[in-house]
Amino acid sequence: MQGARLRWQCRRGMRELDVLLVAWLDRHYADAPDAQKAAFHALLELPDPELAGYLLRGVPAADPLAAAVIAQIRGDAPA
Amino acid sequence: MSEYDFIDHSHDVVVVGAGGAGLRATFGLAEAGFDTACVTKVFPTRSHTVAAQGGISAALGNMGEDDWRWHMYDTIKGADWLGDQDAIEYMCKEAPDAVIELEHYGVPFSRTEDGRIYQRPFGGMTTHYGEGTAQRTCAAADRTGHAMLHTLYQQSLKHEAEFFIEYFAVDLIMEDGACRGVVAIDLATGRLHRFRAHQVILATGGYGRAYFSCTSAHTCTGDGNAMVLRAGLPLQDMEFVQFHPTGIYGAGCLITEGVRGEGGYLTNGDGERFMERYAPNAKDLASRDVVSRSMTIEIREGRGVGSEKDHIHLHLEHLGPEVIHERLPGIAETARIFANVDVTRDPIPVLPTVHYNMGGIPANYKGEVVTKRGENAELVVPGLMAVGEAACVSVHGANRLGSNSLLDLVVFGRAAAKHCAETMSPGSRHKPLPADAGRDSVARLDRLRNADGDRPTADIRLEMQKVMQNHAAVFRTSDTLAEGVEKLRDTWKSFERVGIADRSLVWNTDLVETLELENLLLNAMATIESAANRKESRGAHAHEDYPERDDLHWMKHTLAWVDDGGAVTLDYRPVHEQTLTDEVEAVPPKARTY
Repeated sequence: MQGARLRWQCRRGMRELDVLLVAWLDRHYADAPDAQKAAFHALLELPDPELAGYLLRGVPAADPLAAAVIAQIRGDAPA
Repeated sequence: MSEYDFIDHSHDVVVVGAGGAGLRATFGLAEAGFDTACVTKVFPTRSHTVAAQGGISAALGNMGEDDWRWHMYDTIKGADWLGDQDAIEYMCKEAPDAVIELEHYGVPFSRTEDGRIYQRPFGGMTTHYGEGTAQRTCAAADRTGHAMLHTLYQQSLKHEAEFFIEYFAVDLIMEDGACRGVVAIDLATGRLHRFRAHQVILATGGYGRAYFSCTSAHTCTGDGNAMVLRAGLPLQDMEFVQFHPTGIYGAGCLITEGVRGEGGYLTNGDGERFMERYAPNAKDLASRDVVSRSMTIEIREGRGVGSEKDHIHLHLEHLGPEVIHERLPGIAETARIFANVDVTRDPIPVLPTVHYNMGGIPANYKGEVVTKRGENAELVVPGLMAVGEAACVSVHGANRLGSNSLLDLVVFGRAAAKHCAETMSPGSRHKPLPADAGRDSVARLDRLRNADGDRPTADIRLEMQKVMQNHAAVFRTSDTLAEGVEKLRDTWKSFERVGIADRSLVWNTDLVETLELENLLLNAMATIESAANRKESRGAHAHEDYPERDDLHWMKHTLAWVDDGGAVTLDYRPVHEQTLTDEVEAVPPKARTY
């Protein structure tokens, strides 16, 4: 996914998600390994309530790659 | 220039926006056999309606006695008598049918043991005209908004509505005072599209992002409101903006009022518990508007917190980790994620935060957009309708009650579709569009796309947001508003110096954000000038120099036109103080006390 289109996919229905996704995109996306980029793209495909579960309420993700990106977005793990 | 050639479409109806109101209208139209297009800048289930978790009100009476007349009374009182009583009657009376229909279409409402829709109490919702507490609010767990969007989107697809997703609507196409269609850009290709329609229904939501602190998603930029202003039509009651006292500074995410209920308290930059001065009895538990105004006064008088002294501290540390984790689960997490604060050790930075826009595009209870010409204040604009938060019907008047916004979306989205079914037939012939249709949009796009000024879009946006936050938020005086109007005019002028980096047309989010900023500026200008003009206090508009409601002079809707240069013209429409039918009596104005 290219930069501007990716940025538009970070536009969500909930402000909390907007804020977290754009912050990670701006700070970490460019330097992230390809596997993490792919995991981020996959997160963006999720519906908002599910994404809010992972990012806001700390629902654990089964996939370890997704879990690692989620932890960074939430500030649980150093990026 | 060939890159700006239009791709033309014709539909019976075009809906702009795919939140709750837009999707309810789209589905209703498609179901009635109309060739319906829905143009939306984000994927439908990512509309801001998804954030509505509270629920939807309807006097179903599933949990005890209820009556739509009581709901109507609560709404009129909540609106501080600025709501139109015919429209409020319509909304409250239609609510039970509209909600039961949603259930039939597939919204999974939470249920009682005997299988009926479960209903809970909500602030301001009463029985017997203020005597008892009503249980009137229906919810699908904590994802009511998402469930509604999902269901209505699926139903729309089933009835073959056509969706144009990630298309950004730019302008209305007007001819001789009537709306003929809409111009939009396909973000993925940068191509311009011209949609011709017998009706255009604007369902574009609110404009929370005109303020520095708002709970609305980034997408809430008042695009439809701005399209209406550019078409030379007015917006209504824009001075009425609902605030929540405790949004996290910089992020906007809400900290629930339950925090103060559990003993949380606010301090200013001197560490003082200032609420004791403003509300000696209730202190930090005073009502939302009192707390918001007190916080704003502290900041304005130089007693804010932080390097810019522009926010307030909310303390929980004294409660201890056990109480915090037991009674306020989620708060510690929210504060950590969005403010990087450990609430067991440090206070949360907070600020009064925009939550809802009562004002918008003036519309009647059928969804038709109205304007005023000469003495006629009910003049219908042919071909144009508006529903949802973008519209001002006006059912929320000067202040909206919780769980009435989802109801507004559904009832008036449905009403708009019904009105089309009653007045139009599917497949009727279109007149050709005027030869120059969309030419102004092309000129504006081309200018912005090539804008090479010294001010980045984000800088101008932040300046506007700070002016609105400091001058047109919850603390309003003649002086602060007049000063704010001057500052906002300067910001408006500086938009001439905007510069964007990306010259392409494909996925040019720089350009889209600049178009959105232009829209926000129009909304902001209408809001601050309308606020400066209204010399009374009513609902969400609290004017320190005129602290009383003044029904004699101000029981009227404000209309605001904004021209190309940002000059605002104001006029008024009467409030509809009469009901729609004789099934209920009008509620005459009285003091609004709870």
